[in-house]
Amino acid sequence: MSQWVAACRAEEIDAEDVKRFDHAGRTFAIYRSPDDAYYATDGLCTHEQVHLADGFVMDGIIECPMHNGRFDYRTGEAKGAPACVNLRTYPVKLESGTVFIDLD
Amino acid sequence: MIDRAKRDYSLVGRDGQLALEKGLAGAAWYRSPVSRKRLKELMQRRDGPAIRDTLLWFAALGVTGGLACYLWGSWWAVPFFAAYGVLYGSASDSRWHECGHGTAFRTRWMNDAVYQIACFMVLREPTIWRWSHTRHHTDTLIVGRDPEIAAPRPPNIPGLILNLFAIRSGLAFFGKLLLHTTGRLAADEATYVPEAERGKVYVVARIWVLAYAAVIASCLYWSTLLPVMLVGLPSFYGGWLLLVFGLTQHAGLAEDVLDHRLNCRTVYMNPLFRFLYWNMNYHVEHHMFPMVPYHALPALHAEMKADTAPAYPSVLAAYREIIPALLRQAKDPTSFVRRDLPATAASAGAVVAAE
Repeated sequence: MSQWVAACRAEEIDAEDVKRFDHAGRTFAIYRSPDDAYYATDGLCTHEQVHLADGFVMDGIIECPMHNGRFDYRTGEAKGAPACVNLRTYPVKLESGTVFIDLD
Repeated sequence: MIDRAKRDYSLVGRDGQLALEKGLAGAAWYRSPVSRKRLKELMQRRDGPAIRDTLLWFAALGVTGGLACYLWGSWWAVPFFAAYGVLYGSASDSRWHECGHGTAFRTRWMNDAVYQIACFMVLREPTIWRWSHTRHHTDTLIVGRDPEIAAPRPPNIPGLILNLFAIRSGLAFFGKLLLHTTGRLAADEATYVPEAERGKVYVVARIWVLAYAAVIASCLYWSTLLPVMLVGLPSFYGGWLLLVFGLTQHAGLAEDVLDHRLNCRTVYMNPLFRFLYWNMNYHVEHHMFPMVPYHALPALHAEMKADTAPAYPSVLAAYREIIPALLRQAKDPTSFVRRDLPATAASAGAVVAAE
């Protein structure tokens, strides 16, 4: 069953950037691609639990700020050491300028 | 009570366990307050600077190595081998490092290709050192956790001198390489190389042993040392600058602190040194923000220097501190160099969210 939660306003995230969203004791990373599509993943790197929202976004990749572990934020796929475990992704929708993610 | 004089630097010993218990492992580190907007600008990846610097590096290797070969048998070859050796055995350190972080080039395969080549030159197995360096960044100078502490206390001064020509480190490397060809890791390596990555270690070790065997075979076939002077030995006779530069990074500074301003040095270098070292002399900045490429580190330094202790004006100035500090530590392992932060700096140990 869907559990849509408002994460942020769309304009709060620059194109090709990421924003942290904390909810109910969990942390997420919300991404905006260069073509204004929005994506969401778990907020912590699967390697050493570092907040990905402090990382670098480029070409569909989020790079962890601690060890440069890389993930495809659209699919969650880990793209090489030290990131070896995929990120969980979440469905995202945009309504009236607000980014919602489905936490179910 | 910890006996500081007998700290255990192994990754499977008492101090590693203590670091875990004290919350020093995988801890949150201080970050200087650089705005997200500025950091994003500094993190931008480019191919241009690293392609230029890599072509220059390969060209310099080709010219010095070519002239050394041409003059082989004459004393005139010596300066060219000396230069070739430094380019091979020392400049490869920074190429290994920056490409290992994946920040030197924007294009991924370029990072990976130069990483593999530089690893071979600097006697660092690519998978082992990728993971070792990951740990070094997680737990910089945390005793029992960081596998890359170059000058443990008390420092092994004769060992450091031998390492000017990679004698201890080189012999250790070949011992580990042969171990890896048998499909095994050393106990410390097993603490930071994940199971899934170990197969790559063994395959690369076997390839490298075959490569060294081919070099030795060519020496025997042609009855000359020239091949091994070009591939293999330069890691030793040309490795001295790696140590000279490398010790400036952390030697003599505080252990077990969660603030890179206290356990790293930033040292100003001339343009030639910065080319050879790919700006690794901006070491506080690199550790605090490892996503920033080498070519942007001077700009990052300008951004955050008010929050750090003053940079050392030269390599010589750094060694005026390092050599006495190491000699003191040889007698008193509890001593270390305290970095005084400027009045403008945020307090040490606090973790500030950069907004």
